Amino acid sequence: MVDVLVVGGGNAALCAALMAREAGASVLMLEAAPREWRGGNSPHVRNLRCMHDAPQDVLVEAYPEEEFWQDLLKVTGGKTDEHLARLAIRASSSCRDWMRSHGVRFQPSLSGALHTARTNAFFMGGGKALVNAYYRSAERLGVTVRYETPIDRLELQDGRFVAACAGERRFAAKACVLAAGGFESNREWLREAWGQNARGEWPADNFLIRGSRFNRGVLLKHLIDCGADAIGDPTQAHMVAIDARAPLYDGGICTRIDCVSLGVVVNREAKRFYDEGEDFWPKRYAIWGRLVAQQPGQIAWSIIDAKAVGRFMPPVFPGVRADSLPELARQLGLDEATFMRTLEAYNAACRAGTFDHTVLDDCHTEGLTPAKTHWALPLDTPPFHGYALKPGVTFTYLGLKTNEHAAVHFDGTPSGNLFVAGEMMAGNVLGQGYTAGVGMSIGTAFGRIAGTSAARAALRERVHG
Amino acid sequence: MAEGRVIPIVPLSAAQAEVDRVLTICNACRYCEGFCAVFPAMTRRLSFPAADVDYLANLCHNCGACLHACQYAPPHEFAVNVPQAMARVRGETYAGHAWPRALGVLYQRNGLVLSLALASGLALFLVLAVMREGGFWQRVDGGNFYAVFPHGLMVSLFAPVFAFVVLALAMAVRHFWRGISPGEASGPAVGEAARDALRLRYLDGGHGEGCNEADDRYTLARRRFHHFTFYGFLLCFAATCVATLYHYLFGWPAPYGVTSLPKLLGITGGVSLVIGTAGLGWLNLKRHPTHGDVAQRPMDRGFIALLFLTASSGLVLMLVRSTAALPLALCVHLGAVMALFLTLPYGKFAHGVFRVAALLKWAIEKRQPNTVGVGE
Repeated sequence: MVDVLVVGGGNAALCAALMAREAGASVLMLEAAPREWRGGNSPHVRNLRCMHDAPQDVLVEAYPEEEFWQDLLKVTGGKTDEHLARLAIRASSSCRDWMRSHGVRFQPSLSGALHTARTNAFFMGGGKALVNAYYRSAERLGVTVRYETPIDRLELQDGRFVAACAGERRFAAKACVLAAGGFESNREWLREAWGQNARGEWPADNFLIRGSRFNRGVLLKHLIDCGADAIGDPTQAHMVAIDARAPLYDGGICTRIDCVSLGVVVNREAKRFYDEGEDFWPKRYAIWGRLVAQQPGQIAWSIIDAKAVGRFMPPVFPGVRADSLPELARQLGLDEATFMRTLEAYNAACRAGTFDHTVLDDCHTEGLTPAKTHWALPLDTPPFHGYALKPGVTFTYLGLKTNEHAAVHFDGTPSGNLFVAGEMMAGNVLGQGYTAGVGMSIGTAFGRIAGTSAARAALRERVHG
Repeated sequence: MAEGRVIPIVPLSAAQAEVDRVLTICNACRYCEGFCAVFPAMTRRLSFPAADVDYLANLCHNCGACLHACQYAPPHEFAVNVPQAMARVRGETYAGHAWPRALGVLYQRNGLVLSLALASGLALFLVLAVMREGGFWQRVDGGNFYAVFPHGLMVSLFAPVFAFVVLALAMAVRHFWRGISPGEASGPAVGEAARDALRLRYLDGGHGEGCNEADDRYTLARRRFHHFTFYGFLLCFAATCVATLYHYLFGWPAPYGVTSLPKLLGITGGVSLVIGTAGLGWLNLKRHPTHGDVAQRPMDRGFIALLFLTASSGLVLMLVRSTAALPLALCVHLGAVMALFLTLPYGKFAHGVFRVAALLKWAIEKRQPNTVGVGE
């Protein structure tokens, strides 16, 4: 019988498998996806948020524990477990050498993300290069990997793991790490979680999934049904506004629309609904998905003029382009009269100061609701561009409650040999909101903890058994 | 308006349009920015007209790293394959800028079989010529191959071919260079381009561990075998140059002793070329099938084979020069050299001059202010 079974194939699962193997356990990894789609959402990630007290290789200045914690507190609105959060934060300062020892390489910040040079370490080649490196290392160390093995249920006995089953196939082990992701690609579950709104719409029907089509939450649901303690709200997720033409799955980073803060955003009724200039787009990245999800038809349009072109990340699909605002309204299928009222009111309210899209500048609106507090320049220079936005779900936050040993809990009691990592427990730390790279910090920290805990549990059983 | 530059509108070929499509996706992602110069050069652009596509395609070292790291690679519906798209355009740029223009079609016909057939045809021709003189299988006094082919005859055969090769490649790269409108080359830019070309910097993967060959593992194999090949070629070339100087300047005709400078250069170069081309040929056979353009493999292999044949026959010639096999070995070697030179301007060798031109443009361009300012 294998010592440690790892269910899942993304970053957290790989960290767990490598740690368990390094601790001397035999490890079997079960990945639901075929090899070419392996890694869950991790092929789409690109950096790790890292605390550091002084400049460290690719990281500049300092990003101390307290500042990281305050950033997390701010985005989560307090929906976080401080003990577990600080554990992940501290681990983020020391995990990079271990990652390097498994072939992960870092590079200085990318040209479109210079603001993160202080807080985030970027992977050379991005998340898929990281996943490839971990798989190579795992195979070299003798971890067995089985692809196309989606686990649908566990055999449990008094809160202890016995075996995992994929249809007729049964995998027994002395200990198990669950790192099989969230449920964002389970359309039915999303629909049920978001329900029907006052307009009679099912908002989740209009969501796009930015990541893996294999994160169907089958095991998560099964564990909750088996009495495992859950944490988090099923409607909470990392959710950004992405190009409405993005593919249903795996659109990843390139489908983001980066020009929101440079123009205005209107809904299907051609009205603005939020301060586009509240903060830099990356900092407010994770709020626009939910904002659009609350609009009629779960759709909105980001409108810019020619002055913005070249000041934001190039979009993957061309925008709708027009030489006048009324023509743009017609092309976008928006009510022309309302659209022009919205745009004229905005243009008239702009109090231009010194425009600088690289700092929180003093260009703002006066007497306008909602206000635009920075980068408020009138939209007056043709050609104008419009990009349709839809909510894009990256990952969900509903997960299994856990502790500093990454143990799964049943009725408040930690399991002796069942552990959880990654998206399946990120909600312990991240109850809502998001800040770049923190998903990887949590996944790496708890993946490593879960792997160590599982190896310890399995080896203890080896001695006693 | 950000598009301040006047760019002539040239319709894109299918291969160029694919690079345009792929780079539009890459430019919105940029995860590969650390691998090589193609991606930072890309981020200085918002669109990809034909001349820029040609430039970026020749800046690509076909290392494969960005394919294995790509979240949008097949089977993703975006089907992003940068190395393959770039390789197809490179093939078109070699043919499109060929001089004389009409000979550009030779790129499509420069296969392995053709190259070897040309080499053996020429060798056979030489063998027949020697046989007419009746000295095909005989010892030659002191290994003096001028007794087989007089020096004047060799010069009159090779000098025009060599001059034509230099002219054809110079005209081709000049045409390419004008198309990509690179701007003024400063001393530091020239120095950097030369260093990057001589070190094959962009085959280091950005982290010094190399690029990808058969799978997602990084390896320095291609960089090293390419170094053996390139520097081996240069040493052989240097041997010929020194021998020419000896002949005309000092009146010291060949053959030279084993410890002479031309021999030392030639032997080292020949051994290095044999190692390098054997390695590159082996890597070419093992290459991940989706890297590069499979249609250009005959061209790649033809060039590698001719280089290998030239180097190995040269070494054999040196070993058998005191035996009766000298005339035969000489014919084979000269046939290989002649075939190699005849195909240089219309084969894989062209990648060297086009790549250096693209590297120089990048070295110039990176010193110019970036008009696209997307950073926060």
